[in-house]
Amino acid sequence: MQVPAPFEYERATSVDHAISLLERLGGTARLIAGGHSLLPMMKLRLANFDYLIDINDLHGELGYVEAGPDEVRIGALTRHRELLESPVLAAAFPIFADAERVIADPVVRNRGTLGGSLCQADPSEDLSAVCTTLDARCVIRGPGGAERVVSMEEFHVGPYETAVADDEILVEIRLPVRPGCGSAYAKVERRAGDWAVVSAGAAVWLDGGAIVDARVGLAAVGPNTTGIPAISAALRGQEPSESLYEQAGTIAADSCDPVTDQRGSAEYKRHLAAELTRRTLRRAVERARS
Amino acid sequence: MQVTMTVNDVEVTREIEARLLLVHFLRDVLGLTGTHWGCDTSNCGTCVVWLDGEPVKSCTVLAAMAGGHQVRTVEGLAKGAELDPIQQGFMQCHGLQCGFCTPGMMMTARALLDRNPDPSETEIREAISGQICRCTGYATIVRSVRWAAVAEAQAATQVTETTESSEAGEIDNAGQPAEAVA
Repeated sequence: MQVPAPFEYERATSVDHAISLLERLGGTARLIAGGHSLLPMMKLRLANFDYLIDINDLHGELGYVEAGPDEVRIGALTRHRELLESPVLAAAFPIFADAERVIADPVVRNRGTLGGSLCQADPSEDLSAVCTTLDARCVIRGPGGAERVVSMEEFHVGPYETAVADDEILVEIRLPVRPGCGSAYAKVERRAGDWAVVSAGAAVWLDGGAIVDARVGLAAVGPNTTGIPAISAALRGQEPSESLYEQAGTIAADSCDPVTDQRGSAEYKRHLAAELTRRTLRRAVERARS
Repeated sequence: MQVTMTVNDVEVTREIEARLLLVHFLRDVLGLTGTHWGCDTSNCGTCVVWLDGEPVKSCTVLAAMAGGHQVRTVEGLAKGAELDPIQQGFMQCHGLQCGFCTPGMMMTARALLDRNPDPSETEIREAISGQICRCTGYATIVRSVRWAAVAEAQAATQVTETTESSEAGEIDNAGQPAEAVA
């Protein structure tokens, strides 16, 4: 029987209450949302905390997907299933549904949250790759209601490490909305619901048939989910074509930093990075055109 | 710490350790051993119960997190002596072999039918994709869920017909729906 080491349990009644608890308890405490990353780590004694602060009661405050004219805002406590079933995201960013269909399984998706996934900062984590692809901004709130907004590059400091301080909480993800957008996600896994061997997200923005901008985010091929500026530079201003996707795939394979492990060799993962980049770009362009 | 939750419509209050997992609370504290405990790592899905009507893996939920919420286990599936159509389907279509995955499978299946009364085979397979049957029984499990869907649809039709003809009478949904056994 695997159980976590002993800890004290607190339940937050509002975001401000959660922050005041964090202020008091500092690094000895962790927020628990869905708990599907944190509890397994605590069972395995990979993580131990004196206090867990349960924020599930904040779903009313932090569980939403809202479309605005310039951006889509998603509350950090929005659960995977809500992301999968969101009509707003299906219309604006189909990459979310692509990714959610391959994240864990439906029962786990009933609990896990967007904010929890990003804050776990696992290098193989799918929604981090999605948010990197879409150039998301992360809203972090601290004591006194102070908010700061950081990019995904700034948010992920390293594996399992984020820019969120001990007395702060990730409250919202903002996705910029630009016209002519298409997006897609693809993942190779060993079995259904597993972590990625490699996964790739792509987003393109078309105007008059040409690519105005493009972004690719890879997961499981480096310490963080990686945005690849060289691909954006190579694709801007070009007409979509198979040779262009090929070129992007080559850049992706050259830019990533996979390691050989039980999921596959570094060489195989580079091959996947190239192939999944090609496939998702192709699909993203199809969607942008339709 | 003290936790109070509603399990199968009964409010329970117990003194627990904060680290106690919901699956162990149900089994060891309340004695509701219908919920099985398998892999401990959120993979096998045999510990699935409902938390506020949604299936969750109770090995990855703290009992404390269920405080103030509604929990339903396989013991709460039947209405008194009357089995839920899902349970009848598992009997009729041989949906269980060793029975270990069965409680979790039935809880997920019930939640699926509540949301989608007419799921396709693919939709059923997706719904139970986080749950493992080591008896290679997925084909009969899928058939069992379809049986229940058809049985419920037929029962609903009979209710409508009975209401329209103002006839009182018991609804017989224990019969074999033709589609599901074909």
